[in-house]
Amino acid sequence: MLKPQVAKELKAIVGSNWLLDTPEDCLAYSYDATPLYQSMPDGVVMPGTVEEVAAIVKVCAREGIKIVSRGSGSNLSAGTVPVEGGLVVVLTRMNQIVEIDSDNLTATFEPGVITAHLHREVEKLGLFYPPDPGSMNVSTLGGNIAECAGGLRGLKYGVTKDYIMGLQAVLPNGEILRTGGKSAKDVAGYDLTKLLVGSEGTLAVITEATAKLIPLPESKRTMLASFRDLTGSARAVSRIIAERIIPATMEFLDNGTIRVVEDFARIGLPVDMGAILMIEQDGPESVVERDIQRMADICRKEGAVEVSVANSPEEGAKLMQARRFALSALARISPTTILEDATVPRARLAEMVEQVNVIAKKYGVNICTFGHAGDGNLHPTCMTDERDKEEIHRVEQAFEEIFLAAIKLGGTITGEHGVGMAKMNYLSLKVGETGIEVMKSLKQAIDPQNIMNPGKLFAKDTRRRVVIGGGAAAEQSVSHQHGNGCECNEHTAG
Amino acid sequence: MSTQQVETASQNGILQMMETMHYDDILNCMRCGFCLSACPTYRETGRETASPRGRIAMMKAVATGQLDVSEKFDSDMYFCLGCRACETACPAGVPYGTLLEGAREVVEENRKRPLITRIIRHVAMKKLIPQAKRMEQVSRLLYFYQRSGLRRLARSSGLMKLLPKSMAEMEKAVPEVASPAARKERKRMLPAKGEKRLTVGLFTGCVMDVMFFDTNEATAKLLSAFGCDVVYMEGQTCCGALHAHAGDKQEAKQLAKQNIEAFEQSGIDVLINNAGGCGAALKEYHHWFHGDPEWEERAERFVAAQRDMNELLATLPVPKMRSLPYRVTYQDSCHLAHGQKIRLQPRELIQSIPGIEYVELPEADRCCGSAGIYNLTNFDMSMQILDGKMKQVEGTKANLVVTSNPGCLLQMRAGIQRAGLEGQMRAVHIADLLYEAVE
Repeated sequence: MLKPQVAKELKAIVGSNWLLDTPEDCLAYSYDATPLYQSMPDGVVMPGTVEEVAAIVKVCAREGIKIVSRGSGSNLSAGTVPVEGGLVVVLTRMNQIVEIDSDNLTATFEPGVITAHLHREVEKLGLFYPPDPGSMNVSTLGGNIAECAGGLRGLKYGVTKDYIMGLQAVLPNGEILRTGGKSAKDVAGYDLTKLLVGSEGTLAVITEATAKLIPLPESKRTMLASFRDLTGSARAVSRIIAERIIPATMEFLDNGTIRVVEDFARIGLPVDMGAILMIEQDGPESVVERDIQRMADICRKEGAVEVSVANSPEEGAKLMQARRFALSALARISPTTILEDATVPRARLAEMVEQVNVIAKKYGVNICTFGHAGDGNLHPTCMTDERDKEEIHRVEQAFEEIFLAAIKLGGTITGEHGVGMAKMNYLSLKVGETGIEVMKSLKQAIDPQNIMNPGKLFAKDTRRRVVIGGGAAAEQSVSHQHGNGCECNEHTAG
Repeated sequence: MSTQQVETASQNGILQMMETMHYDDILNCMRCGFCLSACPTYRETGRETASPRGRIAMMKAVATGQLDVSEKFDSDMYFCLGCRACETACPAGVPYGTLLEGAREVVEENRKRPLITRIIRHVAMKKLIPQAKRMEQVSRLLYFYQRSGLRRLARSSGLMKLLPKSMAEMEKAVPEVASPAARKERKRMLPAKGEKRLTVGLFTGCVMDVMFFDTNEATAKLLSAFGCDVVYMEGQTCCGALHAHAGDKQEAKQLAKQNIEAFEQSGIDVLINNAGGCGAALKEYHHWFHGDPEWEERAERFVAAQRDMNELLATLPVPKMRSLPYRVTYQDSCHLAHGQKIRLQPRELIQSIPGIEYVELPEADRCCGSAGIYNLTNFDMSMQILDGKMKQVEGTKANLVVTSNPGCLLQMRAGIQRAGLEGQMRAVHIADLLYEAVE
């Protein structure tokens, strides 16, 4: 519960309609799209302007109230679960595109703009904002920036941080910071823009952003290649890259995923195949035509049973749309669907896919894999039931081993979802103890009171962590607790 | 009671609650949020509590005893239109409509309504709607009110201002009802015109038969023109959708039993309805009787016989039609599109009429805000949604808006009046339009 005086003050800032503090409201902001995590905030506030955000943060700083900023809550790292209570600052009301600058090829927008909405608006002008997370019809750009979201076009176009040129953000002391801007070249001082992108709400509340736009590719073709087995498709991916072709999108779905996606989308996917690749190329028509031909040849050579090219842009769009449903459609199989985000250098993809299958078998858990094959970003997804504690434990062990495998192959623990709470125990595996120390110092310098999204990124305890390399076998000392150490897992108000 | 007894009792209570609320289905929501952009009330308010994901989270908390069945929970559950657009959007296949009904059932069991509300509900839901004779009397009263000059007097005298804003607004959209004489003329059977293809029963509905008697008649004649012998099924009653949506599952099941018995005695194989909302309920009877040894199978047979009018007509050869000079757009009935997955058939039927210029309404499957009695119970939100809808309707420059459900039809009529489009545009039921072409 917020103190009555604080609630009164917040109401004076945003208007009484936009402070929500009933148990029902708090419950509705106690979760995001990450399974197994839930924690009640003390209140919810929906500011409409940057000045209101600044005023809210000043109150929180004075009172020592924790802040979790969020958009649609579609993230998959428990990054917006208010694990230490406090105030949830919902930014969906700040949803205006401030400007699309066709001369400088930039767009400036508020954090609550839905990603797909920006796509539509810039594409009307023949411009292109490539980052397209699977949830782009729901997710907000502010959330994309905070988590440094990726998407289906990451292979050719990169992720959110490759497009954000400038930010306006409210710091933990309530001051308004501006970083970067419209200048293509800007090397003045530390790159605070890049620091804030992907900072997962732990350093500031993002209130406006300027993004780089590029010309909209003039044409696009989509192709579907079906393989009897997983390794054939993975080999095809490696070969395509080795042949110096960079498709806009190269998505991979295994048999389990194909079946559930087809069950929902009914677009005629080959449900009897071991794996499919959905490949899209964009650019000048002649180049697209040539690349599609070459990729089709490679797929056939690597054992594709069938290769078909979509007849129309609509048919292609349908295919890609179906792919976006993959994660949620997997939820049809069982009550709890836990998705991970292990990523390897793209040439190691086939090995990683194999390892996931071996690990799933070892722990006796049901894992389907799909993902952005082209950029080595896999989403091994486990179908389980949160009520079966014993199985959940095995699931966690399996995922731990999957992360270790990814790291060993030179990869990372998250390609696009962020660390949040879901992967904070593994961050040091990727960045090392020195990396953790540098990150903690930055956090301490900017947010000395630790009020911005506490309990994320950095694991609380000083558990011994796995040591990678040095020839020694990976040593795992601490069992990965239920909810990755989220001790208030599923606690809600009574 | 001992502590242990208290614990057991409360555990039983929770188990009972979980069953009523379909806890297993609640768990299937994986909170991805794909429903958010499909939800009309979330789009209008931006609040998680007004979204399917938020409502399901609250249901889960209530089912497990973490949240009380509070006034806020009550109003949040009834703030939902029940349009089920979220079901279409949900890749995980969560049966939201069923969850909502369960949650409202729990609300009704746990919350006391003011006496006046209980009386009105009791009269409307139990003494009026399910009883054909009384509905007949209502239609006579309505006829008298409209034709005797009473309506003119009520409107000009300012009497309307005494009514709640919602009732007064919707009163303007109520159509001219059929005369008692016209009602008497209805025969029990209408033979097929030309070659006979099959015999069908007609489900006339309750409100539909009072307010849109002529549309029911047009539906029968239309079916006849498509080669069907049409039987008005004896002993039928209200489908129970309104009751189920209002959390009164017991009454809904009573009505369902009556309809199933009437159907069994009629000997008909195919039962046609022309109201998307009723149709969706009729097709869900087997879920209502899930696990009931006496009724489940009978309900399954009943469900297998149900066809929406559009669904059946689309399978029959189109009779000769005359050319109609309209520019037409189509507003989906939520329960036809999202509930019954019938989208293409009405569009194809409309476009089979020569002379028609068809223009697709953007977001045609987004709720118009009618939603049963939502436009009376949540008037302001309903009108906010309707006004947004009318902007899109106006943009089509159609002079005819076609719907497939009586509630939507009334709402679109109210919308046309609110937008000041009376001179340019009419709203009609698809049966009336098609009948005009085959007449």
